[in-house]
Amino acid sequence: MSTFTIARLTFYEASRRKILLAALLLGVLFLIIYGLGFHYLMLDVEDSIGIRDRVQLNEIRNFLLMAGMFVVNFLTSVMAVLTSVDTVSGEINSGTIQTLAAKPIRRWELISGKWLGFAVMLTLYLLLMAGGVMAIVYLRTGYSAPHPFRGLGLLWLNVLLLLSVSIFGGTFLSTLANGVLVFGLYGIAFIGGWIEQIGSYMGKVSAGQVAIKIGIITSLIMPSEAIWRRTVFELQSPLVKALGFSPFSALYYPSTYMVLYAVLFLLAAFAMAVWLFSQRDL
Amino acid sequence: MQLSPAIQTSNLRKEFNSKLAVSDLTLTVERGEVFGFLGPNGAGKTTSVKMLLNLISPTSGKGKLFGVPLSEPGIRAQVGFLPEHFRFHEWLRADEFLMLHADLYRMPRDLSSQRIPELLDLVGLSSHSHKKLSQFSKGMLQRIGLAQALLNRPGLVILDEPTSGLDPVGRRLVRDIIRDLSEGGTTVFLNSHFLSEIEVTCDRVAFIKKGEVIRISTLNNLMGGYMTVELRARNMNPEIIQELTEWCQDIREDGERFTFSVPDESNIPVINRYLVNQNVEVFSLSSQHISLEDLFIQIVGTEGEL
Repeated sequence: MSTFTIARLTFYEASRRKILLAALLLGVLFLIIYGLGFHYLMLDVEDSIGIRDRVQLNEIRNFLLMAGMFVVNFLTSVMAVLTSVDTVSGEINSGTIQTLAAKPIRRWELISGKWLGFAVMLTLYLLLMAGGVMAIVYLRTGYSAPHPFRGLGLLWLNVLLLLSVSIFGGTFLSTLANGVLVFGLYGIAFIGGWIEQIGSYMGKVSAGQVAIKIGIITSLIMPSEAIWRRTVFELQSPLVKALGFSPFSALYYPSTYMVLYAVLFLLAAFAMAVWLFSQRDL
Repeated sequence: MQLSPAIQTSNLRKEFNSKLAVSDLTLTVERGEVFGFLGPNGAGKTTSVKMLLNLISPTSGKGKLFGVPLSEPGIRAQVGFLPEHFRFHEWLRADEFLMLHADLYRMPRDLSSQRIPELLDLVGLSSHSHKKLSQFSKGMLQRIGLAQALLNRPGLVILDEPTSGLDPVGRRLVRDIIRDLSEGGTTVFLNSHFLSEIEVTCDRVAFIKKGEVIRISTLNNLMGGYMTVELRARNMNPEIIQELTEWCQDIREDGERFTFSVPDESNIPVINRYLVNQNVEVFSLSSQHISLEDLFIQIVGTEGEL
């Protein structure tokens, strides 16, 4: 099937162009720095509060785990956009797509092949980074987040969502315009998420309610931040969840419907990418 | 049962927003023909080629390759294509590049493993098979592009300016490959600015201007009849020159020297008799077969308009 040939080409390109190597080296460097930081911070913490106060220790371990996951979410999101933003528009612009599309291959196979190639690469990157952070925390302290697999699944959804939007934009925009679009949407979702979070602390004050609505609307425009906050919900310690006070948490967490909406958003972006690419002249 | 032509198009038209690129592409290319596609820059040649390959959707009209609609991807398994602005994945090695395209043709790996060295040898790149395409010169890229167009032993090869980056040796190579393809029964659709190559390789040619096919003819018919005539004469006047257009065309005057073309050699003695009867002093009258370049300019025009 040509989809797999294109997926292999895409993955191979990332490898040949040293994208994989750079990501791997910097990922390992991040994990080393995180691991060292975590180890020495925990030494200090264990020294000051003792190792018997498990509840307090776990709160600190969870906080540091969430800090690591916050960076992982950011890095994988950036990686998803930067690696794929040029893949369709760049090939159209340079003309390399012509010899591919002139073969007995359907347009949807080209798009799905590219999507699959990047999805495999980003999945491996996410597993390295998120799995690495979780493994460091677990191996050093024996602590594991409440729902690690759900958390990983949501981070994966977020990466695939951004990848799909980036490929969708590439079918009708130039590389630069596509980059502006995807990072713009990501930025809107990010700031909307923070407005919603601040609004949630304001309780029933009308300004707070407006802020929450703004957050919901931005989540509908681009659900990436909502998925991150749902990830936080799955990984956060029950105590912090109950208190609702941490840089990574909010009083209101996106519902399962929002996760479902994000899945549909991803599928719609992918379907639109296939449709637009099938229609366009190369 | 009669086999469908290799290419058959009917009133193919392409507009980009409000700009007309091809107004009417109607042509038939029979199987086994070497068909030249000629026209000035911007006449719609590349757009026409892209429509044949379904890289561009026509605004209206129909087209078929081997009797199968252009939009059917399966038919492109029988087509090899070298684009004009050949840009490939330059981070691939030459053999990897060919293997990728063999996979896209869905060739079995054992067949492609056998075919790739053959083609590298054919285009003179055997010793560069493990070299990355980024290290290739323009001519080498064109050669490897030609090799990928021939991977699947296609029934139709579409070459868009296949020799534009090649040196004389490379051009000769392409000419030989086209001749071999033709002898093997492969249809070749050749879009080239090198008219001397068209002259040597093609059976039939189509002239396209302003997005419309304005003439299709065998090269024999086109070149066999037309002749360029050079006349040195005195006492010519505008009336006589005007009268000459009955037997010739494209008259150019430079003092006592006149050049024009005639569609048939038998017109020359008629012209001579007419000039003598008009008391024109004829010092010399010589003829030679017209070149495709002159013919191209005659048919397509010299105005530079597209």
